Amino acid sequence: MSHSPTQDTLVGLFVALGIASLFFLAFQASNLSAYAEHDTYTLTARFENSGGLKVKSPVSAAGVKIGQVIAITFDPKTYDSVVKMHIDSQYNTFPDDTTASIFTAGLLGEQYVNLEAGGSEIILKDQDKIEITQSAIILEKAIGQFLFKAAEEKK
Amino acid sequence: MIEQLQLLGNQTRGSFAKLGRGTLFLLQTLTGIGSVIPRPRLLLNQLYSVGVLSFLIITISGLFVGMVLSLQGYYTLSDFGAEASLGLMVATSLVRELGPVVSALLFAGRAGSALTAEIGLMKATEQLSGMEMMAVDPIQRIIAPRFLAGLIAMPLLAGLFSAIGILGGQLVGSGLLGVDDGAYWAQMQAKIDFQGDIVNGIIKSLTFGFVTTWIALFEGYDATPTAEGVSRATTRTVVNSAFSVLGLDFILTALMFGDD
Amino acid sequence: MDYFLPRMDTFVSNQNSLVSVRDLSFSRGTKIIFDNVSLDFERGKITAIMGPSGTGKTTLLKLIGGQLHPAQGTILVDGENVHQLPRKQLFQFRKRIGMLFQSGALLTDMNVYDNVAFPLREHTHLPESMIRSLVLMKLQAVGLRGAKDFMPNELSGGMARRVALARAIALDPMMILYDEPFTGQDPISMGVLVHLIKSLNSALGLTSIIVSHDVHETSAIADYIYVLADGKIIGQGTPDAIRQSSSAWIQQFMTGTADGPVHFHYPAKDYLDDLLLSGKRY
Repeated sequence: MSHSPTQDTLVGLFVALGIASLFFLAFQASNLSAYAEHDTYTLTARFENSGGLKVKSPVSAAGVKIGQVIAITFDPKTYDSVVKMHIDSQYNTFPDDTTASIFTAGLLGEQYVNLEAGGSEIILKDQDKIEITQSAIILEKAIGQFLFKAAEEKK
Repeated sequence: MIEQLQLLGNQTRGSFAKLGRGTLFLLQTLTGIGSVIPRPRLLLNQLYSVGVLSFLIITISGLFVGMVLSLQGYYTLSDFGAEASLGLMVATSLVRELGPVVSALLFAGRAGSALTAEIGLMKATEQLSGMEMMAVDPIQRIIAPRFLAGLIAMPLLAGLFSAIGILGGQLVGSGLLGVDDGAYWAQMQAKIDFQGDIVNGIIKSLTFGFVTTWIALFEGYDATPTAEGVSRATTRTVVNSAFSVLGLDFILTALMFGDD
Repeated sequence: MDYFLPRMDTFVSNQNSLVSVRDLSFSRGTKIIFDNVSLDFERGKITAIMGPSGTGKTTLLKLIGGQLHPAQGTILVDGENVHQLPRKQLFQFRKRIGMLFQSGALLTDMNVYDNVAFPLREHTHLPESMIRSLVLMKLQAVGLRGAKDFMPNELSGGMARRVALARAIALDPMMILYDEPFTGQDPISMGVLVHLIKSLNSALGLTSIIVSHDVHETSAIADYIYVLADGKIIGQGTPDAIRQSSSAWIQQFMTGTADGPVHFHYPAKDYLDDLLLSGKRY
């Protein structure tokens, strides 16, 4: 039962540091901050092919992350991929002729949705649809086309 | 031939008996935890010897593991021009695997062996028996607070290990190798999933804390009460803890990170 | 040796015995420790159990304390069958007995004061000021009030045993079990312990059971002695009666002769044969 105030202080310090490190991992080193429901609005876009896009893939504009993908579904009627995303409400000035494209970050990087504003006066609101989309570039397709073209030119 | 079969049978029977004693011991310990709660002083003292005294070895090891990961990761990633993923790589390895596993191994060596030796010596010097004769249940008074302390300390130590490792990785990555600081954190924050990675890492370290503390306390409690018996038990604690942690890690990893 | 029970004294009466052991059998592995043994320990007296090392004297104390279970037979302490008590009652029962272990069994992570206070803190809700008075009283009784701040590893063997004794009487038990209290003590601390056991017994009205193989010290304070060997009682009586026993075995034990009914040599094959064999591998 030998104990001293210093020992208690050290135990307190240890527990505090331990919990602090867990908080550090949660908030500084993980996407927990993305879970925190800050105000968002929902946009939908239809892609012919959404490629390697996944739920939680980032949505960015001009290279800045402004939201994330929350659902990807297949529409059996149009054979399209329907991508639902949450955009931070502070970025609520996208016009209705905004282009949504699926890009790849770097050669082997993850895929993300890029929004590029157009010139329209009408602003997109919650639950609106982005009409102009550009599908993911499928590497096999691109290479196939390139080879096909090269063969054509040789003729 | 018959003799060897007999020997094998005997050993099998022995290990089953030990497993049975261990399970019984665990059940008694778990029921004894209730009696610790009204007496936080007992827990506090054990948190000191199990947690605070392991703090230094865990943080220093975490720092160096993080720095080495960063260095090695950089050489491989730069071949693919993916240095920006350095932070992600360091954090994934630490949070998912190295944090819980290495800190559990260090914990078994630092705190587990000390627990075994302490309990074993208390048994050898009749302190446990003496307590029983004073109508004090040693499981409640001695074992349960230590078990609880191990269970609480392990996730905290693993968290410290990972956090310091990530900082150490950043130190080397952006300080020495010139990786962009923003990219180090941004990739990490984008790809490390709170539930999938952080929470699963904590579950792993809780499991390891449970198992290593149990092994350490049981080996001490079950030790032959002689100098040699206690030293053997201490060795067994470290060896068995290491096997259990690594084996369980495989199982948990397969369960947790199987899909995705 | 069958039923050779020289009953030299008849002062053991069942009504007055605090502990009565009936038809006790206990074995460890294949080794029989007790074979149908019956003993009585009278209230307020010091009863000693003597016998060579390894005859299970300590085992007997553990059986009385309920730490071990007999294969057969019953042990009644103050009218209660120790081995049929449920766990809770067994712990209640143990609060009423003190045990002095051979090593003292002090808790090494606390000082002398806290060791003596340990049972009080565990079992009572007394305020710390009252615990302090009680602890100092108990330490005064064993003459170690001045050593209250020492850690157990700073104590000599004799002092450790005295502290353990103070701890054993902390809850004012009805009975104290002494496990080899004199082993390994220098003559002075031996004398102190002999005096303490005797005076505590009469001052606190305790019943004492001493397990020992120290013939002189034990027979100096015991009121009644049982001599155990090979799992059986081979003699009992007052110290004087034991000393005058006609049994050659008891005589050898009491006087410490090297050879007698207990042979100097452990059973072995013929010495000459063994020597001649030594050149060959066997």
